[in-house]
Amino acid sequence: MSLSINQNVPAGLIHIARPRSTRRWAVRPGLLLAGLFVLLLVIAAIQPGWLVAGDPFQAISRAAYSAPGSQYWLGSDENGRDILTRLVYAARPSLVLGVSATAIGLLFGTVFGLAAGLGPRWLDGAVMRLVDVLLAFPDLLLALVVITFFGQGQLNLIIAIGIANVPRYARLVRAQTLVVRGAGYVEAATTLGLPRHSVILRHVLPNAIKPILILATIGIGGNIVNGAALSFLGFGAAPPAPEWGGMLAMGRNYLANAWWLVAWPALAITLTVVSISVIGRELLRRSEGKRS
Amino acid sequence: MKNLRLIVRRLLSGLGVLWGAATLTFLAVNLSAGDPAMAILGGPGAMPSAELIAKVRAEYGLDQPLIVQYGQYLGRLAQGDLGDSYNLRKPVGQVIASKLGATAQLSLSAAALAVLLAVVVAVLSANRAPWIRSLVSGTELVVSSAPSFVIGLILLLVFAFGWHLLPPSGSNGWRALILPSVALALPVAAVLSQVLRQSLEDILEQPFIAMARARGMSETGVRLKHALRHALVPLVTLAGFVFASLLGGAVVIELLFSRQGIGRLMLDAAVSKDVPLLLGITLLAAAIYVVVNFLVDLINHWVDPRAKAV
Repeated sequence: MSLSINQNVPAGLIHIARPRSTRRWAVRPGLLLAGLFVLLLVIAAIQPGWLVAGDPFQAISRAAYSAPGSQYWLGSDENGRDILTRLVYAARPSLVLGVSATAIGLLFGTVFGLAAGLGPRWLDGAVMRLVDVLLAFPDLLLALVVITFFGQGQLNLIIAIGIANVPRYARLVRAQTLVVRGAGYVEAATTLGLPRHSVILRHVLPNAIKPILILATIGIGGNIVNGAALSFLGFGAAPPAPEWGGMLAMGRNYLANAWWLVAWPALAITLTVVSISVIGRELLRRSEGKRS
Repeated sequence: MKNLRLIVRRLLSGLGVLWGAATLTFLAVNLSAGDPAMAILGGPGAMPSAELIAKVRAEYGLDQPLIVQYGQYLGRLAQGDLGDSYNLRKPVGQVIASKLGATAQLSLSAAALAVLLAVVVAVLSANRAPWIRSLVSGTELVVSSAPSFVIGLILLLVFAFGWHLLPPSGSNGWRALILPSVALALPVAAVLSQVLRQSLEDILEQPFIAMARARGMSETGVRLKHALRHALVPLVTLAGFVFASLLGGAVVIELLFSRQGIGRLMLDAAVSKDVPLLLGITLLAAAIYVVVNFLVDLINHWVDPRAKAV
């Protein structure tokens, strides 16, 4: 059950070069904006106090549902808390979740992928069949099952989403390992008499994982989305904690009279994912450009 | 003959994946901390007597060795018996069947809409002026990045609560189906049209396209009759993969639009820790994935004669 898309693309396509240099310059402003936004997110995650002065938990009940204005730039929520402040404070859990879930997926995926790509045939077969089975479960459903068994909360959310990532990375790492294993420099290192583990650690692993790291950058965005979806469903941190998905879940109840409760978190999630994909795609394009 | 062998091989590997999925769910139930007999009796809070627990254990075969239980479990699965839901006290198969229609309606309409949108957008925008391409691919980037529930919330804000054009919730009638289908379809459509446009552009530069143009065929004719057919080949594989995952999206969309369905059922099962129901739905999702991929392989084989060489 192979899912590779590339195998269907004919190899000998006749390419007529399009002038790409003009397009590369056209992309730059978007890339710059994406970079700035991610920088802003990182600052918000490290030190939210530098961006906003308020307290994300401070509730002034008589100021509930204030429309965006000079007092509350983006409006206030159902308890009279400042939405901008909460949005900024929510950047940390989202980024932490996106990065660490990706790291978990990458770590275990690499272990499985390397084992399958370098180990004996039976191990390869066993690992890849397991990956096939795990791929049959949709990400979100797999994460829901993990949460049901381990309970909810931020840490379990990260583990659940991370586990859902493992099969895909395992498959990618295995494919890369098979490519790298046959490369000349690996053969040379083996011929020079380097021990097997140092060939694997110094030559196979770094070269196999480099292209996958770029894909993992884009994967961070997808994990942030899945995390927001799960916290929207009520499996994230407990309610008063600022979280984009949780804010959306709450705002959903007031769609008819307070659009700002939903619009801003929605914008924040979308901009985050768009920026991460823009940066990831640029990295991907550069790495491909270098190789060919 | 060769075709038949391929079909049988794919069928066997699909069955293998299903068997693996069933084994994993069995392990999940038995490795989880809770005692199934307690859960059947309503959890530790119900304080059942020791005799009652023993009776339930005997009744459900929980006193047998694990390997025997595993065999019985597979046997029951083969007969379509997924066990009983802890909370609803009804066979899981029956519970799922009662909600399957609503979700099938939602995901099939979303799938059809996604393919239609992707084909229209890709055919219209392939190899056009740079500003059209940037506009379209920028929109695709934003739409494919935004999760379906965010799109759903914005649709609700505009069409249901802003302009009062469509009902915000419910499972009855086609009007209630529009917003959830669009929300579910848009991100998928954006991904599909990106891939489709790329392959259309590659194919529009092939010699046989130049040949068709040289024979005096119109641009629309070239795109629809020649290029699209070839460009659809990679799309079929991707589409199968994406559609199998629509069920995951349905969990959030059904909650958002207060619809009945499998996704909602799964969410309730996760909240109330109704393990048999949860795993039954998970197995169903795996089965759908296997069937869809089997069909995709067959379609690919049929559409693209080059694949037959393999």
